[in-house]
Amino acid sequence: MATAAELSSLAPPTRSQPVSRWRKFIGRKSTVGVLMCVPLLALVFGLVAYPAAYAMFLAMLNKAETEFVGLDNFFFLFKRDTFWMVVRQSVMFALVAVLFKVLIGLIAAHAINTIPAKGQRKWRGMMLVPWVIPPALSTLGWWWLFEPTYSALNWLLTAIGADTIPWLSDGFWARVSVILVNVWVGAPFFLIMYLAALKSIPEDLYEAAAIDGANGWQRLFHITLPMMRNIIAITVLFSIIVTFANFDIVRVLTQGGPRNSTHLFATYAFRVGIESGDIPLGAAVSLFMFPVLAILAFIILRNVRRRAMEL
Amino acid sequence: MGSSRLTRRRFVQLGAGATAAVSAAPYIKTAHSAGSLALGIWDHWVPGVNDVMRKICVDWGTANNVEVTVDFITSIGNKLLLTGQAESRAETGHDIYCVPVWLVSLFRDRLEPVDDVVAEIISRHGPLVPYIEYLAKIDGTWKGVPAPTGSLSYAQVSRADLFLEHAGIDLKALYPAGGGRDESLTDAWTWEAFLSAAEKLHAIGKPFGAPIAPTPDGSAWLSTLFAAYGAVMVDESGDIVIDSDETRVVFEYLTRLTKAMPEGVYAWDDAGNNRWMISGEGSSIFNPPSAWAVAKRDNPDVAKHFWHHDVPRGPAGRFRASAPFFWGVWDFSPNIGAAKELFLHVSEPDVVSTMLAASQGFDLPLIQAYYQTNNIWGTATPPDGVLYNYPIRGDEQLTTAGIPAPPEIASQIATQGVYPNLVAEVTQGGESFDDAIAWAENELEGLMRG
Repeated sequence: MATAAELSSLAPPTRSQPVSRWRKFIGRKSTVGVLMCVPLLALVFGLVAYPAAYAMFLAMLNKAETEFVGLDNFFFLFKRDTFWMVVRQSVMFALVAVLFKVLIGLIAAHAINTIPAKGQRKWRGMMLVPWVIPPALSTLGWWWLFEPTYSALNWLLTAIGADTIPWLSDGFWARVSVILVNVWVGAPFFLIMYLAALKSIPEDLYEAAAIDGANGWQRLFHITLPMMRNIIAITVLFSIIVTFANFDIVRVLTQGGPRNSTHLFATYAFRVGIESGDIPLGAAVSLFMFPVLAILAFIILRNVRRRAMEL
Repeated sequence: MGSSRLTRRRFVQLGAGATAAVSAAPYIKTAHSAGSLALGIWDHWVPGVNDVMRKICVDWGTANNVEVTVDFITSIGNKLLLTGQAESRAETGHDIYCVPVWLVSLFRDRLEPVDDVVAEIISRHGPLVPYIEYLAKIDGTWKGVPAPTGSLSYAQVSRADLFLEHAGIDLKALYPAGGGRDESLTDAWTWEAFLSAAEKLHAIGKPFGAPIAPTPDGSAWLSTLFAAYGAVMVDESGDIVIDSDETRVVFEYLTRLTKAMPEGVYAWDDAGNNRWMISGEGSSIFNPPSAWAVAKRDNPDVAKHFWHHDVPRGPAGRFRASAPFFWGVWDFSPNIGAAKELFLHVSEPDVVSTMLAASQGFDLPLIQAYYQTNNIWGTATPPDGVLYNYPIRGDEQLTTAGIPAPPEIASQIATQGVYPNLVAEVTQGGESFDDAIAWAENELEGLMRG
């Protein structure tokens, strides 16, 4: 009679050892974590990292894309009057538009927050409409209102005996028009973020302030705004980045005119890169603000993190 | 009669011989080698033209065993340019692509040379319209062939009734239908004479209108005015020569003319002048017959007074802007041979005549002989003879914004709207002539980089 050891030696070799090692590897939390991140990493690489790196690469080529020229394209831009005009306009456009979006968002959020909870939903829904409609489409509607010859707004102004306004054909008014539409599209985002922030402020802080005799302004400046500081910082940062990169509103409304007075980085990059066939210079235009915005994002996010840790 | 038996050895010898012969023979790919052809061509303004174009191409494909698909791409929003940029960079997409005006120069490195096709077209049908060589023959090599549809020019389109009644100019006598022009009258049709008429028409609330905005139409009409006064931005050798007395004369002229134009022209798009004329508010524009074709449908009472005629002349001559359309084949196309055969087919007289009829005379052929064999412009109505003078009948010279600069610079002068922006600096921005010229020089320097 064979012993157990002998029987064991006669049995076919098992694959238990490698399988268990694989299972052990796959069963590790870190492995699972990495695997679950792979789709996201692939997306980030494919849709963010690669295009960004490729744009930087393009910005350092000559016009024919045959030679590496380092930062020459940027130095070339420094000598162009129109480019500096675009820089000034982009900065002004972003700052003015974001300022108005913050103000309108704050006021509207407070106004809606005072409405009883039952009636708030429909107001929130209505106020979000401009943000939900694709901007290229809604801007077309605005273009009809501002149309250089048959403006609907001017028709109304004429009807009440006022002078007409050259909404799109005068540099100043064209800038006003594009900022107005940008604020109209973007303010609801601020509204919804600030409304959420307002609702997260503990009610007992206001009750304590009321007991201390604080008036409305004191409550706003000593409770509401400090408690909203982080969300305001993040929305402002996000909006500045998005507003600097705006393209569709200017493209549909003015195409950068009149006399280049409404060009932003994106529309000017499009004109130089795509329409005129100088892709490297267009890439350089579009990347010009990247370092500035990156530093701004770093500072704001660092401050937000610090405040969050303090809390 | 002797009989021969195919032995195994003999079979192997024949097979080897045949294989060697096939391998050694040059490979000539013709349309009959089948395959497929995808066309990306311009979505025509005139309704119905696309269907006719598609049928011509698909029928040719059926007859030659080539599977032909045709996509019509609008030029609105620059989609034709954007799609071309995407395809040329991705090296995939259509085989044949429509490359109007400056797009040949823009895509020069991605378009297959077509010298053989153009030579064959010229040998079969005679010479091409001369100046298109400047646009499509890049560094001595043809990169585009004349398209069978789409080419246009910017004639002056005026309200004959208003000019006669309020400016005292009988345009139908000046530029009659059917020929028989009086040279003494046409010589007097100058930019100064036009300015005088424009001021009178402005006074009665029916001004002349044309965009002074960076659009193709804006660059087109202003470039003809600059050319008529001999003002040049960049010369043939690539030197910036905008700082000239001629440029200052143009500024002076436009300072007066813009006072007789609507305020909104600084923001007009390419449809702005069409709407202006069709609505009945305007008395004159520079345009192909699309405004007339739409007015005929939407506002026939106005359309019956339209008259297409020559552009005014200046001290340096009479110039009319034009936009020739070409077809090219991408160098990454797997079926270049079939594409070239299709190019030859669509340049045949019957194809061009069919397209002219479908476009109601909007198209202008780029093969000179076809002006003698077609009379679509003479028969268009209402009013009778409205399009007779749409093709060049007199002393006008065709031009395009940016000429005579080298194509790679001229194309940017056009696409970046240097003409309208420069003019607007003076007439709207109130800049001095010297400051405006300094601005233009800085802009033009920016277009010179290699």
